[in-house]
Amino acid sequence: MSEGHSTYTPKTGIERWFDARMPLPRLIHDSFVSYPVPRNLNYMWTFGGILSIMLVAQILTGIVLAMHYTSDTNLAFDSVEKIMRDVNSGWLLRYMHANGASFFFIAVYLHIFRGLFYGSYKAPRELLWILGCIIYLLMMATGFMGYVLPWGQMSFWGATVITGFFSAIPLVGNWIQQLLLGGFAVDDPTLNRFFALHYLLPFMIAGVVVLHIWALHVVGQSNPTGIEVKSKTDTVAFTPYATIKDAFGMIVFLFVFAYFVFYLPNYLGHADNYIVANPLKTPAHIVPEWYFLPFYAILRAITFNVGPINSKLGGVLCMFGAIVMLFLVPWLDTSKVRSAVYRPWYKLFFWLFVADAILLGWLGSQPAEGAYVFMAQMATLFYFAFFLIILPVLGLIETPRRLPNSITEAVLEKNKGGSGHPAGATAAPQTKG
Amino acid sequence: MKKILTSLALLGLVVAGTAAFAAEEEHNAAAPTHFPINEPKEMSWSFSGPFGTYDKGQLQRGFKVYKEVCSACHSMNLVAFRTLQGPTGLGYSEAQIKSLAASYTIHDGPNDAGDMFDRPGKPSDYFPAPFPNEQAAASANGGAAPPDMSLLAKARGVERGFPQFVFDIFTQYDAGGPDYIHSLLTGYDQTPPAGMVIPEGTHYNPYFMSGVSLKMPKPLSDGQVTYDDGAPQTVDQYSRDVATFLAWAAEPHMEERKKTGFRVLFFLLAFGILVYLTKRRVWADVAH
Repeated sequence: MSEGHSTYTPKTGIERWFDARMPLPRLIHDSFVSYPVPRNLNYMWTFGGILSIMLVAQILTGIVLAMHYTSDTNLAFDSVEKIMRDVNSGWLLRYMHANGASFFFIAVYLHIFRGLFYGSYKAPRELLWILGCIIYLLMMATGFMGYVLPWGQMSFWGATVITGFFSAIPLVGNWIQQLLLGGFAVDDPTLNRFFALHYLLPFMIAGVVVLHIWALHVVGQSNPTGIEVKSKTDTVAFTPYATIKDAFGMIVFLFVFAYFVFYLPNYLGHADNYIVANPLKTPAHIVPEWYFLPFYAILRAITFNVGPINSKLGGVLCMFGAIVMLFLVPWLDTSKVRSAVYRPWYKLFFWLFVADAILLGWLGSQPAEGAYVFMAQMATLFYFAFFLIILPVLGLIETPRRLPNSITEAVLEKNKGGSGHPAGATAAPQTKG
Repeated sequence: MKKILTSLALLGLVVAGTAAFAAEEEHNAAAPTHFPINEPKEMSWSFSGPFGTYDKGQLQRGFKVYKEVCSACHSMNLVAFRTLQGPTGLGYSEAQIKSLAASYTIHDGPNDAGDMFDRPGKPSDYFPAPFPNEQAAASANGGAAPPDMSLLAKARGVERGFPQFVFDIFTQYDAGGPDYIHSLLTGYDQTPPAGMVIPEGTHYNPYFMSGVSLKMPKPLSDGQVTYDDGAPQTVDQYSRDVATFLAWAAEPHMEERKKTGFRVLFFLLAFGILVYLTKRRVWADVAH
């Protein structure tokens, strides 16, 4: 797909002038107009576009919020309330930004699960997948630091707990923790560096997004069948086909987003964060943002020592290990077949994995006591088993269903039973538009 | 799609089963381990739901309760007098706000001579706190400083638990704070179960979030605050009114937010339909 010759022909004088000096219009045309996309993409493929607009929305609302925010422990909480009460539409900006973070994560989780289901990470898309994992890591760092800025009780205690993880690392742990905090406890230096980094990281995300899209445009999109594009009939032009489909996906997503922003703006937050941070008063349950809960559950599931590794270090290792698993997926999965559509056993285990991730999230929100601990341990065990045992073994022993020869064949097969499309029209979609 | 649905159903069963399993713990009435002992009562609030608005009369009554009772101990540092004015506030006129502000004494300064001085309040001033600092507030109240009330209605809320928190999305339940405040204020005067130990200087209240009892004594009693609009002068009514006032204090732009939200959703719905029809048209000749 990458080597397709450019179909761009400058029409006006100014376009020709640009094309000879810096062919930016050509790049845009080749990337977002004539770029061929598989014709069988479903709505799960609209989350890339959705994530792009969420990133832009977060940066725009964030920049305006930063104009009114003060990163001083004595002023931060009140400056946020000033935004909520006195800044024109400040309540809207802040609620969009706070809920935007959550919806950014909802979209990224759906995007990741889509990749896992359809085997989008397999050769030649390993680098594309890893760049995505790096974006996800940067998002987590950004989200975590952003949650500290309002300087509520959960901001403070969440920061205390999470930076505390690093002290579990042997030899350098305390040094890393103090470097992060700018001292021995969460305080003014912590808030200031978190604010600076919270402003910096989204632009790093934007940079990696450029690489992610670049890699995507070299290898081309995967698709629900997992079969590579073989001929021109397998694809349609990005514009208007993908553009209009993405646009519809975005509007549906924004609808749900707006529902939360305007009607349930505090649903995804924690009431304790409307209490100003108090280092002398620990909340009854310290709970991180919902999108960290599965990892938080894994962290707390390790309640036992293993040889020289105590439970604290073990928990931290498992938590980071849970993310490392994602990076390794392209090599852990041994199956020749990409898409779960043709892998009955993998499909089953995939949905069990989804259920397991949601269960872990729920367990992360519950106190770590009694039956919850055992459940979290079992769920953690399955989490790692999915990556380290099921993915490699299944690829070797599973008999996949028969694969169609091409995307076009798959599409025609699917439509045969349905409301018969005229065959002539389906054969040459490139001639349209 | 069928697969997705069956998987979701399976997931639901797993979670529901584990929740039931986890809930199965020994209950000892005299030594409860989870708080509050009683869930807050769900009230019907004028500000709930997609078209919710604050009842101005109720806000003014609630403010009266705050002014005459709560403000003796609780500050409200983030609320300025000016915000009580007009349709986005409590419906007071400019003159009313000026005289309300002037009825407070504000410690200000330094003046040109370098001295601190007291002056009558202006609309741009914030409600003065009853105590000069947290330590003074704590020492005058048996060791626990009464919390600031500006955000209390958003800073309190009892966890709803599964599956209630899923339903809350669809019912737009956003009154966790006001429900809690109302239940707490009306939850005094109950007899603790036999054998329960109530620490000295605290008061039993089964609706309190963080223990069997709290430092605050029963603050309201029937007939304590005089209403001039004929509303019943009962603890229940006072509690509803002050909870509504605190909901406003915590979220003064709520009405504007919900009104804007309706327009935004309406636009997205209409735009979404048009884009969907366009999408169908574009894809009409391409099997996919």
